[in-house]
Amino acid sequence: MSTPILETRNLDKAFGAVIAAAAVNVRVEAQEIVGVIGANGAGKTTFVNMVTGYLTPDAGTILYRGRDITALPPREITRLGICRSFQIPQLFPGLTVLDNVLVALGIASSRRLGFWRALRSPARIESAERLLADYGLSEFRDRMITVLPQGVRKLLDIAMTTVGRPAIVLLDEPTSGISVEEKFPIMTTILDALRATEATIMFIEHDMEIVERHAARVVAFYDGRVIADGPTREVLTNADVRQYVIGAELHRRR
Amino acid sequence: MRGPAVAIGLPFLLFCGLIAAGFLMPGWLRFITLIALAKGLVVLSLMLLMRAGLVSFGQGLYYGLGAYAAGLGVNLLKVTEALALLALGVAVAGAVAWVLGFLLTRYREIFFAMLSLAFSMILYGLLVKSSALGSTDGFNLPTPTFLGFAFAGTAARHALFVLTASVAFAAALLLHRYLGSTRGYLGEAIRENEIRVEYLGASVRGALHVKYVLSAALAGAGGALTAVATGHIDPDLAYWTTSGEFVFVAILSGTGSVAAPFLGSFVFEMIRTYAFAYSPNTWQMVVGATMLLVIIFMPGGLWSLFRRRPRLVTRS
Repeated sequence: MSTPILETRNLDKAFGAVIAAAAVNVRVEAQEIVGVIGANGAGKTTFVNMVTGYLTPDAGTILYRGRDITALPPREITRLGICRSFQIPQLFPGLTVLDNVLVALGIASSRRLGFWRALRSPARIESAERLLADYGLSEFRDRMITVLPQGVRKLLDIAMTTVGRPAIVLLDEPTSGISVEEKFPIMTTILDALRATEATIMFIEHDMEIVERHAARVVAFYDGRVIADGPTREVLTNADVRQYVIGAELHRRR
Repeated sequence: MRGPAVAIGLPFLLFCGLIAAGFLMPGWLRFITLIALAKGLVVLSLMLLMRAGLVSFGQGLYYGLGAYAAGLGVNLLKVTEALALLALGVAVAGAVAWVLGFLLTRYREIFFAMLSLAFSMILYGLLVKSSALGSTDGFNLPTPTFLGFAFAGTAARHALFVLTASVAFAAALLLHRYLGSTRGYLGEAIRENEIRVEYLGASVRGALHVKYVLSAALAGAGGALTAVATGHIDPDLAYWTTSGEFVFVAILSGTGSVAAPFLGSFVFEMIRTYAFAYSPNTWQMVVGATMLLVIIFMPGGLWSLFRRRPRLVTRS
């Protein structure tokens, strides 16, 4: 049996009396596209926060290519090749779109940050423009973040996440706060760009149509536990998932 | 876009013009300009921190340390070379900042400001209580040598002006280059969003620590040059009002360019000199009113006068 690219073993996390994760075991193979579903408060974001070092689990182990990364800080996990986007886009609001990407490229381009090499080198600007084009953001190049619509911010957040060509990308609700008309094309743009990098993708999503369309496998959370894990169709038709995650009524209507 | 010839040539021409002006201007103006350049280095150090979202109300700590290191270099170590005294001031300030940086880079906003102030006041307290260092009176320094040459009188003052202007020019150029690098520009990114910086793979505290040490080294250089220029050192160099004055000048200057702190520092010294000459009992009021006007009409500081304004777009 090959070593999975990411594996969590018995992850526990509690915030006072609230149990956010209870014995969470997830195993992800390289280049899989995994959808993560669950109602609000089910433990999806806690899972992503633990894997990316934002939260330290109370118990359990996180392994990346067999290496224990449980206690590592976010920057070291990022350097190893696990990157994430955020539910609320984490950008540099006082800078332009281009400068946001240039900072991301500058940090990703070397382990030791240069004291002298100009951030705005022609080669780096060209790379930044290429990345913006991949995500359909070229027209926003010189705009400040504060004037961008939510969908564009989401795309930029994800584009910045991928500059270091990570091995695993965790997307926290990439389509939340985006209009129904924009959701599908934005998700297609994101996944097309990510597939080109051959990254393993895990995305948290509430829209089951998006999950069904893009995920090959689904992990369903409820009350801090994984209640189903397997091929998309199988999980989405699972009785527990229908009851606790999708909602029986909603499912019946579909 | 400016060509590289203009980008490099214009500052160099300005520097040559400043050196030439130093030989032509009256003694009092040369001294004010020299002090403005030395203090401009401290304001430059504050600008470096302010770009990263940190405001230090204790930069007098490194200004004072730089001055006292230079003074003790002369009196204890018998160092007479001005460049060596400058290096001593920079090294001592940088070394202390490296140690304190481990603590201070954990804090932000008012906590960073007050903690930096606290450290400067600890130094002030130690200096005031130390009779070996002249207590509240401080002590005097003899005129140093310049690259081995012992000048006296006007020649020494000219040499000191050239040294100070050269150090200020070199520091501004190096800092300009640094601020345009990835590590330098990280300050803006940290000010905007620390979480994102960490999730891009950079250490926020590491980057701030480097900036803090660089900032202290600049302030130490300013202190050492001031000590050599005035020939006297006293604990007021580390007092909180001195630190406050640097913050005042930093706001007056703006953070748009490495040239801004020197401009702001010169304007401040001139306003203070004339205000004191014409209104010795209320000169602070004139300085305060100037600050008020700058904040209201030039929120980006004096440097905003030189920034290119966006062109108006006309509809056809």
